[in-house]
Amino acid sequence: MKEKHRGLALFTTLVFIFLLGPLFIIMATSFGDSTVLKFPPEGFSFRWYKNIFDVEMFMTTFKVTIVVALAGNLIALLIGVPAAYALSRFNFKGKGLLNTIFISPILIPGVVLGFTMLKYLVVTFNLPIYTSLLIGHVVLMLPFIIRVIASSLSNFDYAVEEAAMSLGASRLKTFFTVVLPNIRSGLIAGVLLAFLESFNNVDISVFMTGPGVSTLPIQMLTYVENYFDPTIAAISVLLMAVTALLMFSIERLMGLSYFTKNN
Amino acid sequence: MELLSLQNISVAYEKNLILKDFNLHIQEGELISLLGPSGCGKTTTLRLIAGFLEAKDGKFMFKGKDYTRVPVNKRNFGFVFQSYALFPHMTVYDNVAYGLRLRKVDQSQIAKRVQEMLEVVDLKGFEKRFPGELSGGQRQRVAIARALVIQPDLLLFDEPLSNLDANLRVNMRVEIRRIQKQLGITTVYVSHDQEECFSISDKVAIMNKGIIEQLDAPSTIYKYPTTEFVARFIGFNNFIEYGEMHNDGSVVTLHGAEGTRLEVSHRSGHPLTDSMKGAIRPDDLLVATDSECAEGVGGLTAAELASGLNVINGSVKISTFLGRSYQYVVDTPLGEFTVNREMEQPFDRGTTVKLVLPREKVVLVQSSK
Repeated sequence: MKEKHRGLALFTTLVFIFLLGPLFIIMATSFGDSTVLKFPPEGFSFRWYKNIFDVEMFMTTFKVTIVVALAGNLIALLIGVPAAYALSRFNFKGKGLLNTIFISPILIPGVVLGFTMLKYLVVTFNLPIYTSLLIGHVVLMLPFIIRVIASSLSNFDYAVEEAAMSLGASRLKTFFTVVLPNIRSGLIAGVLLAFLESFNNVDISVFMTGPGVSTLPIQMLTYVENYFDPTIAAISVLLMAVTALLMFSIERLMGLSYFTKNN
Repeated sequence: MELLSLQNISVAYEKNLILKDFNLHIQEGELISLLGPSGCGKTTTLRLIAGFLEAKDGKFMFKGKDYTRVPVNKRNFGFVFQSYALFPHMTVYDNVAYGLRLRKVDQSQIAKRVQEMLEVVDLKGFEKRFPGELSGGQRQRVAIARALVIQPDLLLFDEPLSNLDANLRVNMRVEIRRIQKQLGITTVYVSHDQEECFSISDKVAIMNKGIIEQLDAPSTIYKYPTTEFVARFIGFNNFIEYGEMHNDGSVVTLHGAEGTRLEVSHRSGHPLTDSMKGAIRPDDLLVATDSECAEGVGGLTAAELASGLNVINGSVKISTFLGRSYQYVVDTPLGEFTVNREMEQPFDRGTTVKLVLPREKVVLVQSSK
């Protein structure tokens, strides 16, 4: 297939412009010197990047976002790793149902999930906002952790675990000495992916914010409602950079095709 | 001395009963093979002994103790897998040392025993390699060393050679037998390769549909299969079914229609039932013309043959050149028979021939329903 398709090439270029164009515009405007978002930008300065660090709310919500993403990740791992192991290694009644329940947060629209959690966690059970936010993010991260780890486990020969057991290792010992070292890259990829999912989340977080507790993406929304300066563009560029870096790490670890495979 | 016994064991997988009322006794120091077609329950039996599977019913006794509920990691049995199942993140040394570390053996002892074992499997100098850097045969030798170094009370092999190429398979099975004898360790070996099982085992258990059809020394099975299934499995392609059976001690006679008879020399101790069939290999069955029969064939006189003793009339249906010999499929009133004969000029299709069954080459087997 060496034949050249001019039409196809043109079409592909258009798609790329459509997809990436806005990102370039944001990037360009973030370095502008004027006080409103403008394209093409006028002048060149880093003042909007500096401004991010001057707005206190950005810094506090950034901390909340990081804490929630990390703590939530840890909790999701504690639940997700045993769940993924059980789902991929054992046959039991209700396995299919359990699998569906664990994956369902991906299938249910985030807004619905967020609203439901607001209704139950905050209104009915009267949990503190911070706790509710954390629970919401754990639920959000779980499917990613479970899917990626289950996928790693399915590529790992169960006979190797049996070998360890036949040599005298208990199930737990086998898991830590044999299974874990071999699904490490999957584990890290799952953690990074879940981290991103939590870090960038808007639709669940928006219901779980209250006085003093907000996440960075929510703070950005609030900021845009009040100001229209390029600070928001500068933050966006930083977020894109973090996301791209993490995705690059995941790709290097196990290949993104991992997540498109049905498993 | 009896080392282990499976008593009335049943194993079910989901709703299918794989083993039902299964019994097996193994003597100390012997190498016993479980041989059979896929789905016969041989791997299930092995995994049950290993402790990977639990019996639904029955008892597993080992060294006089009830092992039925002893978990796999407390059994001290070595297991060698078809897929080698080495720890991919550990070096050869660490793979072999794994079981010893779990047993809290001290470092210097571990180093010594790992070295010894690597010597036994001829892998000295490979300590620092990872499994990914080894060939299939080397990997399987690491797996054997890993299973042996813990000084297991029993060694279990699950089709250990089926991922290796043909030449290596022959070398490895000699190795396995050598190591097994050298260490005198009781071994259960599962394979679907007949030659492999026969060449290394003290005893072979031929399995079919969850039961042991015959358990004997390889040479005994080869010469004297006891059931139709075993006979077919080891290449007795021809079966003769006559009606009435008559036993006068050293000779058993089966009577067919119109005076035809089949006389078989009887082995003492071989149990006879009402539903026996004669079985014979294509190499042992003789095919002859009328004129050859007039001079006597295969230890039977012309008169005996003429009276219908150990002879079947038929016509050549298919003739195949096999190199050393020709193989004929002969159509007879008793069905088709396969027979090999070395000859210069083959019989043409449709030639009328006689099939002669030498008395000592025919084996009586229990017919399978």
